[in-house]
Amino acid sequence: MAIEVRIPTILRTYTGDQKSVTAEGSTLSALIDDLEANHSGIKDRLIDNGDLRRFVNVYVNDEDVRFLGGLEAPLKDGDQVVVLPAVAGG
Amino acid sequence: MLRLDRATYDAIVAHAKRDHPDEACGIVAGPAGSDRAERLVEMVNAAGSPTFYEFDSTDLLRLYREMDDNDEEPVVIYHSHTATEAYPSRTDTGLASEPGAHYVLVSTREHGNNDGPVEFRSYRIVDGEVSEEEIELVDQL
Repeated sequence: MAIEVRIPTILRTYTGDQKSVTAEGSTLSALIDDLEANHSGIKDRLIDNGDLRRFVNVYVNDEDVRFLGGLEAPLKDGDQVVVLPAVAGG
Repeated sequence: MLRLDRATYDAIVAHAKRDHPDEACGIVAGPAGSDRAERLVEMVNAAGSPTFYEFDSTDLLRLYREMDDNDEEPVVIYHSHTATEAYPSRTDTGLASEPGAHYVLVSTREHGNNDGPVEFRSYRIVDGEVSEEEIELVDQL
């Protein structure tokens, strides 16, 4: 099972500057744990208090995961996950 | 230093004035690694607020895919402040996630939707540290 994960510039310090990495998991939550196992520290940038950070957007096959069940969003082989920090401010 | 052509400058100011009293936001994309602010993309402020801005999440994905396809990056990320100075707020600093970008702030507090000068300033925001930079306006990049 291989899922491509696109990594934004600001998180590439965790992936050795790679724009895209491969990870596994049947849910987004499991995928993030797998990412963390290979890219230590990245989980904390995605999750806060057990939920996705408010200003991090995660998409599965171009759909915002907030509409797919959040961390419980199901994943399957060949899915593409994109992580993008929100462009936001006050 | 940020180099900006006058047409792009004018378009950012016009956008900020048009959306006042809500905050306006957008980017200027350019070829990756070039630091050339070439292609203005006005974004919708999904927050529709005078004190907050956020790119709509679907628009954001489309924008980044488009830049990826064109081998571009966000050279400038701009937004307006409508009641305060053109300086990054604590929220702006905390959420800034493009260390390579020039963060442009426009303040429309003085003239709102009307003609008249605005504050127009540019910053780097890296690891929560803000440093202001000069802006050079040119007729053509």
